[in-house]
Amino acid sequence: MSVLVLIEPDDELALQAVTLARSLGGPVQGISIGPADAPVDVLHVAQVDGSYAPGAWAAAVVQLVERLAPSAVVAPGSDRGNEVLAHVAARLDLPLAANVTEMRGDEVTRQRWGGSLLEEARLGEGLKLLTAAPHAFEAAAGRAGATESFAPALAEADTAVRVVESVGASTGGISLAEAKVVVSGGRGVGSAEGFAVLEELAGLLGGAVGCSRVVTSAGWRPHADQVGQTGTKVSPELYVACGISGATQHIAGCKGAKKLLAINGDPEATIFAHADYAVIGDLHEILPAISAELRKARAA
Amino acid sequence: MRILVAVKRVPITGGRIVLTDDGQAIQTRHLGFTISPHEECGVEEAVRIVEAQGGEVVVLTLGPAEAEEQLRECMAIGADRGIHLVSDEEWDAQATAAALVEAIRAEAPFDLIVFGNESADAGNYQVGIRVAYALGLPIVTGLKGLVVSDGRARAEQETASGRDVYEVGLPAIVTVKEGLNLPRYPSVPAKLRANRKPVAAQAVGRPPSRLQKLRLVVPAGRGKQAEILGRGPEAAPAVVEIMRRLGVA
Ligand SMILES: Cc1cc2nc3c(=O)[nH]c(=O)nc-3n(C[C@@H](O)[C@H](O)[C@H](O)COP(=O)(O)OP(=O)(O)OC[C@H]3O[C@@H](n4cnc5c(N)ncnc54)[C@H](O)[C@@H]3O)c2cc1C
Ligand SMILES: Cc1cc2nc3c(=O)[nH]c(=O)nc-3n(C[C@H](O)[C@H](O)[C@H](O)COP(=O)(O)OP(=O)(O)OC[C@H]3O[C@@H](n4cnc5c(N)ncnc54)[C@H](O)[C@@H]3O)c2cc1C
Repeated sequence: MSVLVLIEPDDELALQAVTLARSLGGPVQGISIGPADAPVDVLHVAQVDGSYAPGAWAAAVVQLVERLAPSAVVAPGSDRGNEVLAHVAARLDLPLAANVTEMRGDEVTRQRWGGSLLEEARLGEGLKLLTAAPHAFEAAAGRAGATESFAPALAEADTAVRVVESVGASTGGISLAEAKVVVSGGRGVGSAEGFAVLEELAGLLGGAVGCSRVVTSAGWRPHADQVGQTGTKVSPELYVACGISGATQHIAGCKGAKKLLAINGDPEATIFAHADYAVIGDLHEILPAISAELRKARAA
Repeated sequence: MRILVAVKRVPITGGRIVLTDDGQAIQTRHLGFTISPHEECGVEEAVRIVEAQGGEVVVLTLGPAEAEEQLRECMAIGADRGIHLVSDEEWDAQATAAALVEAIRAEAPFDLIVFGNESADAGNYQVGIRVAYALGLPIVTGLKGLVVSDGRARAEQETASGRDVYEVGLPAIVTVKEGLNLPRYPSVPAKLRANRKPVAAQAVGRPPSRLQKLRLVVPAGRGKQAEILGRGPEAAPAVVEIMRRLGVA
């Protein structure tokens, strides 16, 4: 039996989902809504007109499932991947395991708490539905072996919810998700004004400023700056955590960083257990000293 | 406007997750509890809509007897009453959705039903969508913006390149993310008022799980020993040296 993978064009997470699908054994077939490419044996391109409509995508997947009778359907662990597969699960009345990191037979390992905890679970009989946890798999490389086109039958209800307008982001500064350096502050920063020393260092390094949830809840920074399980997940070369204690929900957002430097007044702070480099002391003294040292080094 | 918000009690795990000896649950003896920040924003949004347009906000939870605490917290934000489906067991997403659907049907009609995008703990991203199918209602997920007027909802999702906008007629279901709004800190009088608001509790029995949890595992840490660069501002040269080595200075 084959495995069916939901492919989104130019999506790294979809290529990671292909790797999970390959690990299940058997031929791997893909489904994309409109043109795409991915290293699957056969890519089925569904002809669905218009903007993104989760119900229409789910209808296309369900119709292909009926035709191919795969053993599993895998989607990327992206917002859309999780959404479309939950629609498929509701339509077929089947369980769905989201953010899977491994599958053996009918047992899966999946992420809880944004990856701070793993759950081993058993999926019942029949078709398995799973999404691949982001960055838990290498991206598969190559091109589709063959491409086939099909036109799913869509009911009116399938397209009742669809994107009616897409608005571009206001491009101000370096995006948190893409930044090579993130200088992030927590409760220890003490106030909105206190972030000036983080802004200064981030500016010198061409990086972005992030923060913890305590900071956004206090209204010191907008939620767009929040790093963590319910904020942005970042993967910079260097993450500088200043006055952040290291709660699991914060770490869930910055564990993708290549290196972590923690600056904290409490030598026992949990953040140090996640850090590559540690500086102990008051961030309000340390950050200006680092910025001054950087300027000095550049002038020399 | 009648709005229902579904919330789930979860532990505040702090810096390190410790499991019970049988690996079936998080050791919560010393922990406080809360709801997901997504759901908190859902409650705040519902309360703001009703404050502006009139109506009622009902909060619904499936969970142990102690989950009444979370219903009270939601009522301190401004929800009018609670529905508590009481069970000590763990329900899979399909069973959870089925129980919520039954409770919602008994209280219908609602103009708007609000879920978190994903729960804080299990995070299966699906209860809201399953409820939408069972009730035959349109659903938009992952919202960071919502405007409800004239029987319609304009809903905004954040994407990598900006925002996607949806428009649906009410009644509808939405799932929301933190950042939709900045929830208020409940005042002391609001907390006292919340204690007097009605909660309808009802025991419910759990059907068999189709996604069956076997055990929980705390992932192995990176096994790191942080290199201490120093104490106080004297550490600055060592920090800059590291930044140079990493190629970011
Ligand atoms: C002791 C214990 C054992 C468990 N065993 C299993 C198991 O064997 N298999 C399994 O899959 N899960 C298990 N769970 C987790 C299970 O209860 C999940 O919460 C349930 O599957 C719902 O899925 P989710 O939380 O992933 O929902 P999601 O789809 O991520 O939740 C989305 C939204 O749905 C709403 N919602 C979710 N749950 C509730 C609720 N209880 N009350 C009101 N609204 C809610 C919230 O608005 C939430 O933001 C267990 C939990 C406990 C405490
Ligand atoms: C479901 C759920 C989701 C969550 N999602 C997120 C999320 O996405 N992101 C997030 O960040 N949190 C999230 N949280 C909250 C999280 O649990 C913590 O409460 C939060 O991360 C703590 O923020 P903090 O480290 O800034 O504050 P604290 O824990 O209060 O830590 C402050 C730290 O600053 C240090 N400090 C104080 N003054 C100084 C100084 N002058 N110089 C140096 N150090 C100093 C202290 O030693 C301490 O370690 C979530 C919680 C839940 C339950």
